[in-house]
Amino acid sequence: MENNTIIEIKGLRKDYHIGEVTVHALRGVNLTIREGEFVSIMGVSGSGKSTMLNILGCLDKPSGGDYLLDGVDVNTLNKDATARLRNKKLGFVFQSYNLLPRTTALENVELPLFYNSKVSSRERKEKAVTALEAVGLSKRMHHMPNQLSGGQQQRVAIARSLVNDPVLILADEPTGNLDTRTSFEIMELFQDLNDKGRTIVFVTHEPDIARFATRNVIFRDGKIQRENLVSERLFAREVLKTIPVENIEEFDA
Amino acid sequence: MNLTNLFKIAIRALFRNKMRAFLTMLGIIIGVASVIAMLAIGEGSKKSITDEMSSMGTNLVMIMPNFQRRAGVSLGASSSMALKYTDVTAIRNEAASIASVSPTVNANGQVIYGNQNTQTSIYGVSEEYLDIRKLKIETGRIFNDTEMRSMSKVCIVGQTVVDNLFGEDVDPVGLTIRIKNLPFEIIGTLEDKGESGMGQDQDDVILAPYTTVQRRLAAIDYINGIYCSAVSEEKSAVAIEEITEILRRTHKLKESDEDDFRVMSQSELLETVSTVTNILKLLLGAIAGISLLVGGIGIMNIMLVSVTERTREIGLRMSIGGRGKDILRQFLVESMLLSIVGGIFGIIFGYLIAKLAGTLLDMPPVVASSSVLLAFAVCFVIGVFFGWYPARKAASLNPIDALRYE
Repeated sequence: MENNTIIEIKGLRKDYHIGEVTVHALRGVNLTIREGEFVSIMGVSGSGKSTMLNILGCLDKPSGGDYLLDGVDVNTLNKDATARLRNKKLGFVFQSYNLLPRTTALENVELPLFYNSKVSSRERKEKAVTALEAVGLSKRMHHMPNQLSGGQQQRVAIARSLVNDPVLILADEPTGNLDTRTSFEIMELFQDLNDKGRTIVFVTHEPDIARFATRNVIFRDGKIQRENLVSERLFAREVLKTIPVENIEEFDA
Repeated sequence: MNLTNLFKIAIRALFRNKMRAFLTMLGIIIGVASVIAMLAIGEGSKKSITDEMSSMGTNLVMIMPNFQRRAGVSLGASSSMALKYTDVTAIRNEAASIASVSPTVNANGQVIYGNQNTQTSIYGVSEEYLDIRKLKIETGRIFNDTEMRSMSKVCIVGQTVVDNLFGEDVDPVGLTIRIKNLPFEIIGTLEDKGESGMGQDQDDVILAPYTTVQRRLAAIDYINGIYCSAVSEEKSAVAIEEITEILRRTHKLKESDEDDFRVMSQSELLETVSTVTNILKLLLGAIAGISLLVGGIGIMNIMLVSVTERTREIGLRMSIGGRGKDILRQFLVESMLLSIVGGIFGIIFGYLIAKLAGTLLDMPPVVASSSVLLAFAVCFVIGVFFGWYPARKAASLNPIDALRYE
């Protein structure tokens, strides 16, 4: 398969200056991610994986090296242009969902489109509804976050990351706050999206969760220690069948 | 981000915290309402006083005897006899800027009709007095020259006197009342004039020929005052100079003597009063302005709290494509909405308070469009000024730190 390159990183470095001490968070990282890949980033605390995700998400600038996102050299963009890039090309999913409180699921999903003046309010609503349908929450569009379970909240967040049709979804420990079964359900959703062609990169520190990806990248001391294609890939749909359904609030609701 | 989206985002954010938004607005509502109400009450009282005074005639010129000192000794009451009827004649003949002149002789006393009685003021005047004071005859007529010369016991009564002696809706013309035990025939009644700006009942009065009052009721040979009307309001100042010159001459005052009379014009008095009421208005406005300022600081306070509380929201908005200026604008619009919506409610409440105060104080409040406009402009400025710092703070947050903020 001759897929397009979504991310091309060469010799990426990131230094933090804390007082007079310089911390080298990333020391020369090379990474290429192609369209349709499902990549997990793993590593212990301080390995540089969070810094890597921030740079991938254009929330932080590298100190050196090249970063091409969908053919755009991120280093040459100013602050406003990077914000636009995030708005058009990226979708974020966070460990703690980061939904706006006292705001319906639909309005939460609409949010990224508010920052794109080309999208009319009708289009905005249509896209948000489609995204919520894609994550299986079409019946809970008008629920507030506090009326939803953790898994449902994360689904809303995933819908929000999908709504602008991004080239890449970045997830920062998306299952970190969820129980095992719900985690697998979220991974099932990610695998579904990946099957439909979405490129997904997620950070996790659970090896179990990483096995749902197609490729694992392991960071250590600011460098990629190991990078391998997943040989015995797990499929969430299959795994879920082996877990008994009991006292799961999501199914009570 | 376009303007509609900006307002939608800001309105949604405010609605997420209705109670807090309302309480923040309350500061502005109270501030604006008090500014509007205070200015309206100030302007209203100024207007009612000046209107009242103008209704007496803005070209009115009054002459009163002055307490006089000669060689450092107050001559006291003797100087109140300074004005004589000859002064009236002199002014009438010589002062070019005076249109009409009337002497006044005052007497107080009991007035009796049948078994009813009342205490009132009796003014001895000439027929020109009605013109000068802008009084009108309701029924009957005014006294004529013959009656004036013969010191006839005829009189014109004000509405309050009519009400007190005869009851309402009675035309007393032709009836005879006793003033200080002398029988007077009522030949006319005065039109209702209402209270004066100072709260005096202007209808509690009886007018009679000055000769009658002077000789028969007061038994004096001097007069208590002279009322004149200048040919126009602008001529009042000239009239004062002319009268001063004439009276000093007829009173044979030496260069070093002080005037034994005082000349005042209504327009002068009006100026003095409006200066005082303007200061009052300014003072009321300033006090209310301070409460508006406090309301503005309240907005800044809440916006600062809001920025801290919504740090993660700000981080999220930045991560999904909100630029620094989008965040800045959102918070600015939020604070402006708070202050402007608060301002609108404030204007409505201020208007209602002014109305209420107007009814309680029996004075029509004047809500000037300029003060409404001013209040609105101030709200706008407050929104921007007190919203700027918190908005700036929100916009300068680092998205990574903001997203991780606990």
